Amino acid sequence: MTTDSTQTISRIAEIIINELKLEDVTPETFDADLDLVDEVGIDSMDLATIALVLRDEYGIRIDEDDYPKLTTVRIIAEYISSKLADDK
Amino acid sequence: MKTVSSLLDDHWYERYKKISKLNIRSSIYDVTDRCNLRCKGCFFFSSGEHERASEEKDVAKWHAFVEKEMDRGVNLAILIGGEPTLCMDRIEAFYKRLPTFCATNGLIKVPRDRFPDMMVGLSLWGDAEDEITLRGQDTFKITSANYEGDPHAYYLYTITPKQLGKTEKIIKKIEGVGLKVHMQLLSNDEGVDGFSWQPEELIEIRAEMDTMLDSYPGTVVSSKYYHEIITTGKMLGRKFGWLECPSVTEPRDNRDPRPKRLTNFIRWASDLKTVHRCCTSETRDCSTCKDGAAHMSWVMVNKRAHIKTAKDLQNWIEVYEMFAKLYQFIPW
Ligand code: SF4
Ligand code: SF4
Repeated sequence: MTTDSTQTISRIAEIIINELKLEDVTPETFDADLDLVDEVGIDSMDLATIALVLRDEYGIRIDEDDYPKLTTVRIIAEYISSKLADDK
Repeated sequence: MKTVSSLLDDHWYERYKKISKLNIRSSIYDVTDRCNLRCKGCFFFSSGEHERASEEKDVAKWHAFVEKEMDRGVNLAILIGGEPTLCMDRIEAFYKRLPTFCATNGLIKVPRDRFPDMMVGLSLWGDAEDEITLRGQDTFKITSANYEGDPHAYYLYTITPKQLGKTEKIIKKIEGVGLKVHMQLLSNDEGVDGFSWQPEELIEIRAEMDTMLDSYPGTVVSSKYYHEIITTGKMLGRKFGWLECPSVTEPRDNRDPRPKRLTNFIRWASDLKTVHRCCTSETRDCSTCKDGAAHMSWVMVNKRAHIKTAKDLQNWIEVYEMFAKLYQFIPW
């Protein structure tokens, strides 16, 4: 794992924790492979909120049709990396 | 951090897995502006919604409309009215394409050769006396003959304050004809004397609904958490009403901030163009609204808020299961 992706994962976890006001978890303890929908109860409205912050932070647009795929922090990080690579 | 698997034992986790991927996206459709009854307290007629639009008569347009609804992601069509069974061709436009639920007064039987497994909800407003007072006739006699033993039909029993202490008689009657029953509360939209709920009556009816569920688990499709929420109007310390309601038509939802709500939900009028404010009466006071589906959905869209304690999450699962059974996403 690169430092870049570790940082992205940690930042995404931080955004999710802040936006959804999750308790008893830090970016460091957030399991990057935890299923956000099944295990944390995140829904499409939550994902829309998170997508807005990610858009501002990374300058990428997250298509609503892609929401169902974005089930873990790691998958979101990979999605962002590939979007950024596409833009280069 | 609390997660689903940290809160549930194997039994509950299995139940959770069965519903967690359902992703139900419903919308509601007025099939017609007409009805073969005129019940006192019918939200459709009392609010003048039957005059808001003039119904589309071209069946081809209904077929095209349903296709467009599917493109919007709708995967459950809830048909109401007026009385949908006055227009079987329009019902068929939905049934051929989508999981479809038809709310009916049951006086006209849905032909089972044409709609073999369509779920049918039969409205019932109490005992014979209440039915005659509010609806002009005792519909149970006819509806029970039409649907006896039908595995794809159940009674939507709207309990009125006059039913306190009498619900068991009705549940037994329904059990006797081999059907299931789901209970909801009358909102009394036309202010019929003696039919508005008083606080102490709501406490009593909650206990009675709980007893019915315990005593007739094979007949009553319900959950105690639903009873609590519909009778108190409260969930996790929050109060039901306009600011919390999940069943507001999406294009008419101007609430800011937006609460958790049903994704892309619309209630369409029968002209297939006009949209109504919400799943029930346009003119109803949200602070006294007792709409059962809106209360159920309120729980369902607030999943994350229930991932706090095992009991909260189990309550959420039970309400979700109840909804999924009533609309045939999981078996009884
Ligand atoms: S049967 Fe239903 S639609 Fe018809 S008048 Fe009664 S409540 Fe209204
Ligand atoms: S009347 Fe009931 S269902 Fe309609 S918006 Fe108000 S609370 Fe929601």
